[in-house]
Amino acid sequence: MNSKIGVYICHCGGNISDYVNVEEVKSAIADEEGVFLAKTTMFACSDATQKEMVEDIKTNELDGLVVASCSPKLHLVTFRAVAERAELNKYNYVHANIREQVSWAHSDDKAGATAKAIQLVKSAIAKVRLAHSLDPIVIPSKKAVAVIGAGVAGMRAAIELADMDCPVTLIEREHFVGGRVSQWDILFTTNQTGKELVTRLYDAIISRENITLLTGAEVVASSGSIGDYTLRVKTTPRYINEMCDPGNLQKAIDACPVEVPDEFNFNITARKAIYHNFPSEYPQYPVIDIKNCTRCGECEKICKSVDFSQEGKLVDIKVGSILMATGFDPYTPSDGEFGYGQFGNVITLPQFKRLVDINDATLKYRGQVIKNIAYIYCVGSRQIEGSESSTGEETRGDGNIASHDISGDNRYCSRYCCTSVIHAAIEASRKFHGLNNYHFTRGIRTYGKQELLYSESLKNGDIYLQSYEDDPPVVYLENGDTMVKINDIMTGRQEVSVKADLVVLVTGMVPRADNSVGSLFKIPKGRDNFFNEIHMKLRPVETVIDGITIAGACQGPKNITESVSSALSAATKSFSYVSKGELELEPIIAVIDGDLCSWCGLCAEACPFDAISMVTKGTKEIAGINNSICKGCGMCLPVCPVNAINLTAYSDRELESMIDALAEQMK
Amino acid sequence: MSLPEKRNARILVFSTEKISDPAIDMAGLLKLHYPPTVYTIAVPCSSGIKPRWIIRAYEKGFDGVFIAADGSDCTYGETCTEKTGQIVSRTHQIMKEKKIDPARLRMAAICSVCSEAFVKQIKSFNQYLLQSLSTSS
Repeated sequence: MNSKIGVYICHCGGNISDYVNVEEVKSAIADEEGVFLAKTTMFACSDATQKEMVEDIKTNELDGLVVASCSPKLHLVTFRAVAERAELNKYNYVHANIREQVSWAHSDDKAGATAKAIQLVKSAIAKVRLAHSLDPIVIPSKKAVAVIGAGVAGMRAAIELADMDCPVTLIEREHFVGGRVSQWDILFTTNQTGKELVTRLYDAIISRENITLLTGAEVVASSGSIGDYTLRVKTTPRYINEMCDPGNLQKAIDACPVEVPDEFNFNITARKAIYHNFPSEYPQYPVIDIKNCTRCGECEKICKSVDFSQEGKLVDIKVGSILMATGFDPYTPSDGEFGYGQFGNVITLPQFKRLVDINDATLKYRGQVIKNIAYIYCVGSRQIEGSESSTGEETRGDGNIASHDISGDNRYCSRYCCTSVIHAAIEASRKFHGLNNYHFTRGIRTYGKQELLYSESLKNGDIYLQSYEDDPPVVYLENGDTMVKINDIMTGRQEVSVKADLVVLVTGMVPRADNSVGSLFKIPKGRDNFFNEIHMKLRPVETVIDGITIAGACQGPKNITESVSSALSAATKSFSYVSKGELELEPIIAVIDGDLCSWCGLCAEACPFDAISMVTKGTKEIAGINNSICKGCGMCLPVCPVNAINLTAYSDRELESMIDALAEQMK
Repeated sequence: MSLPEKRNARILVFSTEKISDPAIDMAGLLKLHYPPTVYTIAVPCSSGIKPRWIIRAYEKGFDGVFIAADGSDCTYGETCTEKTGQIVSRTHQIMKEKKIDPARLRMAAICSVCSEAFVKQIKSFNQYLLQSLSTSS
């Protein structure tokens, strides 16, 4: 039994100590049996405190360690490493979660939170008193990674993994790679186009033999866990054979009588049922949109490459880790939001960028030449809780007033949109002469080098007006003209009105509408509904699902540079799970008490891994555990009629001592 | 004048390290409040909980025990739900023999993102236990 235990209680800055009286916790546990020293610390995870712990353990020959701080999902590994550096077996360390399950959960009840923290720390002390040294179990880990999503983040991650000599399966739901970036024209700061960037990445991918690219492919089932995932991938056919004549294919596209809204251009144009989004798109074979195809046969008459006999396939892929890079959707304004869907000349920023790209000499929308453009910022971002001051519609004589309701659930700033719209306005002015740009902002957030764009925009003569969230701009009709008015706070809330040929709603990023693949893996989401990392700063690409990492805008709004940075980080993390070909697992296994056991077989029936078999001990037949197969689930424990099975680190003594400690003051 | 102490039931939660405990963590992250008299012990899998641990909790003064089960998400196998259900049934039997209200033991599958479901379940359980305890006292 451990009798020289060190206990460290963390303030976590104020995350814990703002709600839990950590000094009171320290006083309450200092005299517990076995506690040799008890300390509070501002940040238990800081280098200085870790060094102090190592020093304390060595100097005082501590045989047990308790750290009461954030969730063990975040820092269990950190403090186990501290124990190891101090030459203390890491299984003599026990973690008490007094942040996620105390200070944050009970920030409404400080006394209650402190009382709970005391009992949780006592419970951890009770467990560590009974802890003993263990060696980890080693399992094989498949050296392969699945990257889901072939946008810029996913493609860059796949290249990075391939260059680390790791086989990669890159899975893309669409039939073309590149994601959102392929929809963008000139990019800041490189001045290359989105298509050029995607082409460069695609070339890099096809030149690497250890990357398998699956397009039109979707993960429909998953089994296994870290080191040994099996993904079932469903591929949908393109209905075009790979060997095809480009000239005939274009004729086939021209002959197709079906026209549907073109999602690539955010529905401002139409496309055929046989289509490719742009000529140099990769892979360079068109696709037949089978949902909209009428099977009229016109394309088949012209092009022999059309093949309706192709069928979808189910493929099983085995990998050790999964990297999610599923991207984002642009926010779609609701009907009437700043005139969207209500006035014909109100569009979103993604639509505007496509409009600038596809127009040549003159900027036109729906046949009208555009000169005056009003950009309304923060649409679908930085939303506020509903209130009378921020919602509703003004009453005017003509009745043509668009809603300026900015209430909603998207409280976050989408970060990229200020830069993106200013860049789009500059590029539009460069391409089409005589444009007048009016920016209706809620403050400009062109952070870092992007400030250069804001400066350039001002030099170009763009007009910037600003309002607070309680008084957003209003879109309305006046004598048949679309007007935007604002009470501009830069001029003492003077009312300024602008006649706009085109109103551009600067929409932010939202999570993918169809995020079923995330639900499949049960990846937690944050308050913004994007995938949630374990810790923004300390474990920024890991999820609580072992072996699954996240990258790019599926995690939250990011620009291309930030997406690629997170992709490289996630690739490195995923590689760390598979690089050695084996993983160290917890040495948590079932242990049989040979004196109590007299083989009945119930435990073997309960074990889902066939890890239990009958063995002979002397003249007695008892259950034997195969340590290399046992996964430590504990399913055999409750079925034993004589209670002859315990789980290491979860024995009756340990669990019941914890229960006793938690219940200490209840009776 | 001091405010009267808020009364809550004392509940022991058995969570699972990979599935339901992350959901309980996320409830804190999302500032979804529940009574501070709810204490959690995490185990690898809900189908490995021994009835004697549950009975121990009642004997030591807990008003209720809540099993935040893996459900169909269990990484150890599809039989988890069924086996956890069997543990609850056996424990209910023991509770009856010991004259403990079986309704003081509840189980629900809590997936790794089911934070709101967890808080809802716990609040409902807390209400039941408070009513039950006030009736019996």
